[in-house]
Amino acid sequence: MPSGKRVRIVDAAGIDRALGQLARDVLERNRAFPGVGLVGIRTRGVPLALRLARRLEALGGAAPPSGMLDINLYRDDLSLKAAPHPVLRRTEIPFDIDGARIVLVDDVLFTGRTIRAALDGLMDLGRPDAIQLAVLIDRGHREVPIHADFVGQRVDTARDEQIEVRLAEIDGADEVLLIRAGTSAPEAER
Amino acid sequence: MTRDQPVRLRSRHLLGIDGLEAEEIALILDTADSLAEIATRDIKKVPTLRGKTVVNFFVEPSTRTRSSFEVAEKRLSADTINFSASTSSFAKGETLLDTARNLESMAPDFIVIRHSQPGAPHFLARHCRCSIINAGDGAHEHPTQALLDAYTIRRHKGRLAGLRVAIVGDILNSRVARSNLFLLARMGAQVRLCGPPTLIPPGLERLGAEVHHVLDRAIEGADVVMALRVQLERMHSGAFPSLREYATLYGITSERLKGAASDVIVMHPGPINRGVELAGDVADGERSVILEQVTNGVAVRMAVLYLLAGEIGREAAA
Repeated sequence: MPSGKRVRIVDAAGIDRALGQLARDVLERNRAFPGVGLVGIRTRGVPLALRLARRLEALGGAAPPSGMLDINLYRDDLSLKAAPHPVLRRTEIPFDIDGARIVLVDDVLFTGRTIRAALDGLMDLGRPDAIQLAVLIDRGHREVPIHADFVGQRVDTARDEQIEVRLAEIDGADEVLLIRAGTSAPEAER
Repeated sequence: MTRDQPVRLRSRHLLGIDGLEAEEIALILDTADSLAEIATRDIKKVPTLRGKTVVNFFVEPSTRTRSSFEVAEKRLSADTINFSASTSSFAKGETLLDTARNLESMAPDFIVIRHSQPGAPHFLARHCRCSIINAGDGAHEHPTQALLDAYTIRRHKGRLAGLRVAIVGDILNSRVARSNLFLLARMGAQVRLCGPPTLIPPGLERLGAEVHHVLDRAIEGADVVMALRVQLERMHSGAFPSLREYATLYGITSERLKGAASDVIVMHPGPINRGVELAGDVADGERSVILEQVTNGVAVRMAVLYLLAGEIGREAAA
């Protein structure tokens, strides 16, 4: 765990509201199209995609299928340093992505490099009709021209601060923490 | 997100199973599990090792191991160069060190070496800056074979610990048996080694194995039966019984498998001598996972390349 000062900036109710907003926005944009599929980016995009699928179902649609994508094979920093390569997890997308409208789901949008990798990873698996991006938190500081279609909440941050999304499925509780600069652990926000 | 505990290999080389910790073995097998999906895609390629160069340096003939490495390298987008005994200057009397220096001058990131001399990969590791992967050194080790065998077993049985694994054949001259023994013992399986007394070296019990000379005892209740290839070129050494005698005493047949666990799987590192170490109907039967071993070999070798690539430079820089 990073050692800097940790401030909770979104609580469980806030995450719940943000997900509700995301679901309404996704539905609104894709109302005319059957066959929307969700793809969560590992790790925390996966439970978020599953929650979003339940929300979409609750709004009166059919529950969209939901897959998971590991982007580590597509990272742009693999050969930069003598550091261990990230632990690989399985990519599992249980629907045909050729011709599908896909909503990519991740917890935090920061530099945009993760999303660039995810787009490359998805394209290697087939040719979707459209890919949209839904994120719980957009914290700014893009390094590549990537833009989210759906944002749960925007957060102003300094470049050297960190955002940590914690989810009940993985971390035991729902909250978003802002970790102030001066931390020793250089956590890659991707 | 990188909140997980850092899990990594401790070396930038894979020289043998001996010396690997259980966590490192599990990491390789888990990583292979994640990479296996790539073989099912229309586009069987990821960009991960783009710009990396792998030299496949095979001094001893091998088709399937070399092809498996080559497929693994290409699926990760590495550039591959193949040197084999017949085409390299090695056949012209160059020493291993000179060959190694020449290979290294091309700035490869990996050298995958198959050599008849035990310890040849370790020798290269001492003299080269790149990562060395042992693809079989004499009768010493064949680590990626043991890893793909373990991966195959785990896919079928869900675990390695506590399984009864019988390895049958020329244990004395088999690097496959040695690497498998190291790996399976480290992961908590119960290893039974079986073969003619002349082909089993002394002292294996100290490594955690049971030694059997009667096939039915080794097979009794076994979850896995692995037949080793009879190396026909060794038949005349005097240590070996005749082929017919070997097949009668140690050949795996459907009849003899009746004593094994009802869900036993049968493995073989290939190439098979049908009717000698393995009956044809067993090799082709429903208990055989031999072709899966070949498929899994690619995913396991991709995992080794992926994980070692993350360690490149650590010892060279130190």
